[in-house]
Amino acid sequence: MQELPILSLAIWLPILTGILTLLAGEGRPQLVRWIALLGTVLTFVITLPLYSQFDASTAAMQFVEKKPWIALFNINYHLGVDGLSLWFVLLTSFISVLVVVTSWSNVSRKLAQYMAAFLIMEGLMIGVFSALDAILFYIFFEAMLIPMFLIIGVWGGPNRVYATIKFFLYTFLGSVPMLVALLYMYFQAGQSFDILTFQDMAIGMTAQTLIWFAFLLAFSIKIPMWPVHTWLPDAHVEAPTAGSVVLAAIMLKIGAYGFLRFSMPMLPDATRELAWLMIALSLIAVVYIGLVAIVQEDMKKLIAYSSISHMGFVTLGLYLFNKAGMEGAIIQMISHGFISAAMFLCVGVLYDRMHTRLISRYGGVANSMPVFASLMLLFSMANAGLPGTSGFVGEFMVILGSYQVNPWFAIAAATTLIWGAGYTLWMYKRVIFGPVANEEVAQLKEANGREIFALLTLAAFTLLMGLWPAPFQEVMHASVDHLLGQVAVSKVLP
Amino acid sequence: MGSTMSSWMLIAPELFVTAMACAILIFDLFLKDDQRDLTYLLSQVTLLGASLLTVRLAGESNVAFEGMFVLDNFAKVMKLFIYLTVFAVFAYSRRYLMERGLYRGEYFVLVLFAVVGTMIMVSAGNLLTIYLGLELLALCQYALVGLQRDNGTATEAALKYFILGALASGMLLYGMSLLYGVAGTLDIAGIGNVVTSIGANDKVLIFALVFVMVGIAFKFGAAPFHMWVPDVYQGAPTAITLFLSTAPKLAAFAMAIRLLVEGLSATAGAWEDMFIVMAMLSILVGNVVAIAQTNLKRMLAYSAISHVGFLFLGLVGGNLNGLSSALFYTVTYVLMGMGGFAMIMLLSRAGFEAEEISDFKGLNQRHPWYAGMMMILMFSMAGVPPTVGFYAKLAVLQTVVQAGHVWLAIFAVILSVVGAFYYLRVVKVMYFDAPETAEPVPSDSLVGGVVTLNSLAVLVLGLSPGALMSICVYAMQGLV
Repeated sequence: MQELPILSLAIWLPILTGILTLLAGEGRPQLVRWIALLGTVLTFVITLPLYSQFDASTAAMQFVEKKPWIALFNINYHLGVDGLSLWFVLLTSFISVLVVVTSWSNVSRKLAQYMAAFLIMEGLMIGVFSALDAILFYIFFEAMLIPMFLIIGVWGGPNRVYATIKFFLYTFLGSVPMLVALLYMYFQAGQSFDILTFQDMAIGMTAQTLIWFAFLLAFSIKIPMWPVHTWLPDAHVEAPTAGSVVLAAIMLKIGAYGFLRFSMPMLPDATRELAWLMIALSLIAVVYIGLVAIVQEDMKKLIAYSSISHMGFVTLGLYLFNKAGMEGAIIQMISHGFISAAMFLCVGVLYDRMHTRLISRYGGVANSMPVFASLMLLFSMANAGLPGTSGFVGEFMVILGSYQVNPWFAIAAATTLIWGAGYTLWMYKRVIFGPVANEEVAQLKEANGREIFALLTLAAFTLLMGLWPAPFQEVMHASVDHLLGQVAVSKVLP
Repeated sequence: MGSTMSSWMLIAPELFVTAMACAILIFDLFLKDDQRDLTYLLSQVTLLGASLLTVRLAGESNVAFEGMFVLDNFAKVMKLFIYLTVFAVFAYSRRYLMERGLYRGEYFVLVLFAVVGTMIMVSAGNLLTIYLGLELLALCQYALVGLQRDNGTATEAALKYFILGALASGMLLYGMSLLYGVAGTLDIAGIGNVVTSIGANDKVLIFALVFVMVGIAFKFGAAPFHMWVPDVYQGAPTAITLFLSTAPKLAAFAMAIRLLVEGLSATAGAWEDMFIVMAMLSILVGNVVAIAQTNLKRMLAYSAISHVGFLFLGLVGGNLNGLSSALFYTVTYVLMGMGGFAMIMLLSRAGFEAEEISDFKGLNQRHPWYAGMMMILMFSMAGVPPTVGFYAKLAVLQTVVQAGHVWLAIFAVILSVVGAFYYLRVVKVMYFDAPETAEPVPSDSLVGGVVTLNSLAVLVLGLSPGALMSICVYAMQGLV
């Protein structure tokens, strides 16, 4: 039976829809919105069989498509997903629907270009998570920067030019050494860019270490890890709401995904040798960035720092090399996709009404927006890691995993529960509770149907994942085991 | 007798273009100013005819006139690239020249003679033939740069170009005469044989090589022989700059291949080192100085210098892979550079040159389509996938890594991030800044159409670069 090329469809359908919205032109906003919505919903529906037909018993790549592309360099159009990437593809197609829904009426300028940028980016991000050829991966990885560059620069805040150029150059600088590393591996692998071949071949220790650092630069900037995180708060503050959502919910994960797909299986010796570095940087991120978040006066900046801190948790979990840590890290990433998206949406809802993100301008919002306030409470709690929400599951597993390695790691990591509760709840308290701060706050309108729809969907997933994480975990067991096996085996030839 | 006959057959394209150029020169005298389109059409027909003649020689691979003239795959492919780019150059330049009173027969005749020069260089099998082609091309270029007689900067640029060009020609000639002294022949294949037998350590030979390299580097505009590039590119009328960045670059590439790969391959170790040094300098100077430019033509000139540096990286490998990647880079650069200069012409009107970067402010609001096209070109020059600029860089870096110079590849990619900054700035002014003028973009369906084709080609070749790469490999196959 000829199987449907699900992954190709999921990549190209949004891109083509994006071009379609451009062709529809700026004069017909309603048409553009419906095309965009249809495109993203259709893409989401197309990606659902990835989960329903996924065979959780194997670590092998599934839904594989492979066609020669650039024969001269032996570059293939090679796609596939396993338990590590499956959820990210779904997360991307899911968040993209929400992006269209929430941008429905609050973008007035160049709407067609705006929707096109998001749709094209959706396709590229799905491409990153499903590429099995290193050059294909690199192309999606880099091409993604172009729409994001435009989104921040065209629709962003007052300081957007600085932020967007910083964003582009930082991430571009991070990824070009990776290109050289990939070329080196290409010759080592007998002129192949196949990621699975890269994972199986022997590499000497010196080369491993150098390549490992090249990858580290690429992926640590993308996540971002301390101390190369400084582009993220700028980018978030200036980006339009939907841009922040995509950035936090999906793009940051690509860095961590890179560790899973490239660094760890391809360079196990260097990975084990240098794990201390990753753990140290991660713990610094968790503690230091958590403290930095507390003193922020801008809500978006606060959540941006909170993201960095949470990502520190992810890298910590990855480099513990035990099952609890790694699965916890992946769960944490997915959960962060829901929670950070929701948090940025909440800030966006407030910003649309008051045109400020300064915490001090708010107070007593609960009086005028009770429904919104209660939804935001849920997400704030989840961000702080309240049991019963998805935020707790990942953090708990990572702390569990780190305890197995070294109790001190666990103690340092566990402080995140304190910092998280500190910055999130304190912000929540200052914005939502207390006396009504001013006339503007008193006049606030309750969240509208679209906003509530988006937040409710995210709330459902946050709770589902918190109360019943099994469906999320089951599909990754086999792949995580396989990866841990790969990390444990030396690739340096005796 | 028979062999002489076939010799004439092999140079049919050159003869045709020369004859047509002469005919156009005379024919044009009888035309009124409003009939100049006939000259334009005849010139385009000349290029089409030359393409047909060249394609008709597809099966032929031969030498003519006792080795003076070579017709191999490389020559044929290069000639076709040259016709194609000059065809586009004519189409791009038509309105620009009209508005500035430059739409005259001389322009077309000079460009066609320059094309003959490039064709001779491409097919040269003898040092004299190379020099003949080179000087024919160079003289036409000097005259073209100064075509706008009443424009001070253009005249200054022409003079600078002429003096420096004459100096470089002298260097090259000196190197060639030393080569003749070493080898006792002017025939490139013959030199190749002698050089192989005497070995690469001969002092006079290395001395000759250095001078030959200077000549090549000057023609490419590679650092440290790049001083003329920014002044000439900026000073010349944009239509001429557009031409300077196309066919002459291809010809310079052909000259490098003929002289170094065919004639001096035994000294590959020496010229590879020189290429490494010049590549690093060019990438460094080009990318760093471009940041400070506010004039787009000047910025593109420095960007051209850095692109030449990347192109040289492909020559470092010296094998089939490397040479074809260098050719690929050259063709890609020509495509991108042409598009960039064409955008300047597209936005210019009579009496107003849109050559400052700030002239592109808010282009997305004035004309989103052109802004999109320019964005594709800029991202391609920066080497961001999925544009062809990425593959060009990938291909040369691949060569460098294969040759074992990983550090060189890292140097190049780090500086390409520096380069990304100034390309991004153009995108930034187009998309993020408010337009300074509400005036509509001059409508020009011909230039607009060709720019669109040009930019979309950059994108399509990025999505499937296989065919162009195969052509480049095909062209290089017989040479290595």
